[in-house]
Amino acid sequence: MMLLIALLLVIGLAGLAYLVARARAGRMIVAAGGKFGAVHSRPVYHGAYVAVLALAPALIVLAGWGIFGERVVVSQVMSALPAAQQPVDALDRAALMNEVRGLVAGDLPQAFNPLAPVLAPIYANAVSNGDMLAGALAVALLLGGGLWGYSRIRPDFRARTAVEAQVQAVLLLASVVAILTTFGIVLSLIFESIRFFGMVSPIEFLTGLQWSPQTALRADQVGASGSFGAVPLFWGTIFIGAIIAMLVAIPLGLLSAIYLTQYAAPSLRRWLKPVLELLAGVPTVVYGFFAALTIAPLVRQLAVALGMVNASADSALAAGLVMGIMIIPFVSSMADDALTAVPRAMRDGSLAMGATMSETVKKVMVPAALPGIVGGILLAVSRAIGETMIVVMAAGLAANLTANPFDSVTTVTTQIVALLTGDQEFDSPKTLSAFALGLVLFCMTLVLNIYALAVVKRYREAYD
Amino acid sequence: MATIAAPPAAVPQERQPTDWASRDMQARIAARYRAERNFRRMGAGALLVAAGFLAFLLFTIVRDGWTGFLRTEARVEVMFDAATLGVDPATVRGPDGQAVLARADYIALMNQAAEQLGPASDTLSDAAWLALRDRLMADPTLLGRTEVLWVPVRSGIDLLAKGKYDLDAPVESRGISDREVSDWRWLEGEGRLRTVFNQAFIGNADSTEPELAGIGGAALGSLFTLLVTILIAFPLGVLSAAWLEEFAPRGRLAEIIELSINNLAAVPSIIFGLLGLAFFLNYAGLPRSSPLVGGITLALMIMPVIVIASRVAIQAVPPSIRDAALGIGASPIQVVFQHVVPLALPGIMTGTIIGIARALGETAPLLLIGMRAFVTDTPQGIAAPATVLPMQVFLWSDDVQRGFVEKTSAAIIVLLIILIAMNSVAIYLRNRFERRW
Amino acid sequence: MNTTPAIGHNNVPKMTARDVHVYYGQTHAIKGVSIDVSSEHVTAFIGPSGCGKSTFLRCLNRMNDTVDSARVEGRIELDGQDIYAPAMDVVQLRARVGMVFQKPNPFPKSIYENVAYGPRIHGLARSKADMDAVVESALRRAGLWDEVKDRLETSGTAMSGGQQQRLCIARAIAVDPEVILMDEPCSALDPIATARIEELIDELRGRYAIVIVTHNMQQAARVSQKTAFFHLGTLVEYDDTPAIFTNPQQTRTKDYITGRYG
Repeated sequence: MMLLIALLLVIGLAGLAYLVARARAGRMIVAAGGKFGAVHSRPVYHGAYVAVLALAPALIVLAGWGIFGERVVVSQVMSALPAAQQPVDALDRAALMNEVRGLVAGDLPQAFNPLAPVLAPIYANAVSNGDMLAGALAVALLLGGGLWGYSRIRPDFRARTAVEAQVQAVLLLASVVAILTTFGIVLSLIFESIRFFGMVSPIEFLTGLQWSPQTALRADQVGASGSFGAVPLFWGTIFIGAIIAMLVAIPLGLLSAIYLTQYAAPSLRRWLKPVLELLAGVPTVVYGFFAALTIAPLVRQLAVALGMVNASADSALAAGLVMGIMIIPFVSSMADDALTAVPRAMRDGSLAMGATMSETVKKVMVPAALPGIVGGILLAVSRAIGETMIVVMAAGLAANLTANPFDSVTTVTTQIVALLTGDQEFDSPKTLSAFALGLVLFCMTLVLNIYALAVVKRYREAYD
Repeated sequence: MATIAAPPAAVPQERQPTDWASRDMQARIAARYRAERNFRRMGAGALLVAAGFLAFLLFTIVRDGWTGFLRTEARVEVMFDAATLGVDPATVRGPDGQAVLARADYIALMNQAAEQLGPASDTLSDAAWLALRDRLMADPTLLGRTEVLWVPVRSGIDLLAKGKYDLDAPVESRGISDREVSDWRWLEGEGRLRTVFNQAFIGNADSTEPELAGIGGAALGSLFTLLVTILIAFPLGVLSAAWLEEFAPRGRLAEIIELSINNLAAVPSIIFGLLGLAFFLNYAGLPRSSPLVGGITLALMIMPVIVIASRVAIQAVPPSIRDAALGIGASPIQVVFQHVVPLALPGIMTGTIIGIARALGETAPLLLIGMRAFVTDTPQGIAAPATVLPMQVFLWSDDVQRGFVEKTSAAIIVLLIILIAMNSVAIYLRNRFERRW
Repeated sequence: MNTTPAIGHNNVPKMTARDVHVYYGQTHAIKGVSIDVSSEHVTAFIGPSGCGKSTFLRCLNRMNDTVDSARVEGRIELDGQDIYAPAMDVVQLRARVGMVFQKPNPFPKSIYENVAYGPRIHGLARSKADMDAVVESALRRAGLWDEVKDRLETSGTAMSGGQQQRLCIARAIAVDPEVILMDEPCSALDPIATARIEELIDELRGRYAIVIVTHNMQQAARVSQKTAFFHLGTLVEYDDTPAIFTNPQQTRTKDYITGRYG
């Protein structure tokens, strides 16, 4: 963990810089006679200024090495091989490098590839050299920055202002991380998807009805079908998340919200609302386990009782039911907010005409709150189609285009997990298809979220 | 009084006054009240269904899992025979005694001791010899002597002792063989069984045998991962919120950042897993399956939650506080970090704890970065392969061995207890420290 | 139950209240108010803000039932029947005793649907033609028909404040009430719209028993024949309007009328 040591060293040195600069500033104040205003900023600020100037470039170097270092080392190691022995493709190169790393780390007792033991010492060298170089560069920049900052210490130097600007820059950087993350997500999804669409046509992907992503490892391998028509996956996602789960969540969520806002006594509402929120707090893996262990067998018994002979253990209904219950708080919370926002005068106006509470709710309040309720439903759908664990554990892997809820279907999220776990080389169409699926999922949820928020926003403006 | 409106041109035919007493009207009113009652009942019913489901879920988990905290052990008399162990008593007393003892043949010793169980000699756990080793290494003077020890039994016997099998069911569907049932009965008859608190469950890492599997490894892995998550997400979240609320100029940049954060908050968690895989594992080559990568991925996922909660908390601090501080001559940075943020801290902490609770329960993104591997050692650090609690639940749930149902449920109990504790702390903080301005 | 026509006999009061007390939690808001409301006159409740006139008004159609912390004691009768008795159906009561609120609160529906809402839920129209007639009649009586007859499908909220309030009055009329309670109906309107409403009240007088709460004494003097002065939850004085305004008996009434406070 050279990186960790380097990091600690750099931070320690920066701390030292801080102390030195602060001391210098302190002496400066004494020399100026100690009058208020003689020196612009307190020593603390001088110290902090120098420390930040020293620390920042060093941290950048270390972070850069941490992120990009591995690639540099790998290319160095590969270049040590004569052209004839270079790995044929990325797949082979990755396997070779894995073995090299394993040897160096001591995990691997014996390597298959004869090149690996040759490269192992080269790799170890390259890594340690790189680490030392990076560390040295970081320290050099630290000293450079520190010295430059130190030279600027003067009585009229506006250290405090400079430090404030530095702090604001840090705040801005922290905020920019959000943009970087979004970019990162979009870029990695698009990048890998483009590679995928280079191997499989987007038309086939988006409209094809056959999903069996077995690609050949060798051209002559038996069973090299590999069709990537993702429509059964889209259907499975919608069937479980947007249809079955919503059939459960919308009535239960809406009715709960109506009861809590219009009928329940305030004391009852105060502790019933948190109980509903509890449903959202249970980890999805727990729901998945419950769905697989308890609900799915019950659904299967029901299917058998209804006369279905080959009822499968995994069913869309089991996953959808449990997912629906999990989604209830999302629907009921937004519906609750929407109903509470309806002006009381409207409710009173209806009641004063002799309408019952149920008539008032059904004919006046729900129509008035409808945009907010719809927004909540859209957000809930978005959550449901992005859900992974429940469907992984209770729905199946069979890409089935069926309308029978007792059948097993698979979803986009299940397939992403299935394609990326297990021993897969990274560049095959099989694993890349997971990114294409991820891209579709991202776009679907993005559109739903933007639309839902727009609906809710327009509705809020109407009542303000 | 000035007349503004002209009187209506034609007066429509006079309506008959409503006869509220008529049969029809009364029936209609009664029907409306019935509809009202039904509607109200449906609302209460919906709540009952939701609460009932939760109760059912918790009930089955606890019913299946509470026995996971217990373990059945069998009593054996062990003669710590130096010959069977293949050690020389002299070297044991020497300076390398512990090392010698560590390498002794405890499996043979266990087999020898198991013979005293007669027909039930196969009922002990495969790793029961570990108990012998631990005992002897703790007290080397036992060499050559006999002692009564309690050692763990196989999962099948363990479950029988806890009453987990329906013994009236036919053998094919029962899940346990007649042989094991009779072995168990024999042990019971001899008074050789006891069921005690299962320390191994808390302390051990994962194992292929249910009776030995524990959540210790996963719990430590969760701890490391969450540590990395907090260290990254908390500063990022609070600083971002501070910038957006206090310093951001009205403009494109602030809008884009806000949009990014709101969108990220609604992105499915598995997408973060894809990001982690593509960027942190494949591009940057960070160690697979490690709490470091898991922590970074989860941090990116919960950061928007912290930002949003912190923004709300910071917004709630009234402008008068800021004005007062500025009036004394505090700089904007000092106002924010010495006045606003401390006052907003309860709300920020509540949001953070809720975010951490969510990170604790997440599985999907970690599946993709490889924390699915079967990890039998407790993790050595944040860069070593590890697994986390919800992942352990997932892995065990897949296992066909019956004993793992109990273990999975027990692990869920632990997970839920931790989450309840976290949320209670969050609620306590909110109620105790939140100011109503 | 007797079917009493909306236009009542001369001397029998439409609604009577005897010794009514109202509590909001611990607060004693209305203290022992007794009053008769005639079906032939417009009765005005006046008094300074917070004196309880709106609270008392809301007792007459049991709208205080919708406030959790409110408790009503005493006896209030409509045509001799105790409206708080278990046998009294509150849904029916509120159709017979209509209410117009301070801030116009039309439903976010079309003008037609706003007016048709009440008759629809009570089942007062047998056919579409019937309902059309009911809606037209109510809108005419509220003086709104000519302005909206060509745009009955447009939203009830897309009108001026005065028009919205007249819509609310039409909505209340559509269920054929016997009493109309008005809680400061003009306080959110401009003077011209106010004058329209006052005209309307005058036209409706006699057809319905009208009780109007107002903080505007001149308005009370203009539209009402009987006036009740409330102060701090008690009914201080109740008399013919001219008498109250020219020759009040109670000192408090005199002080309020002459503007000493309020």
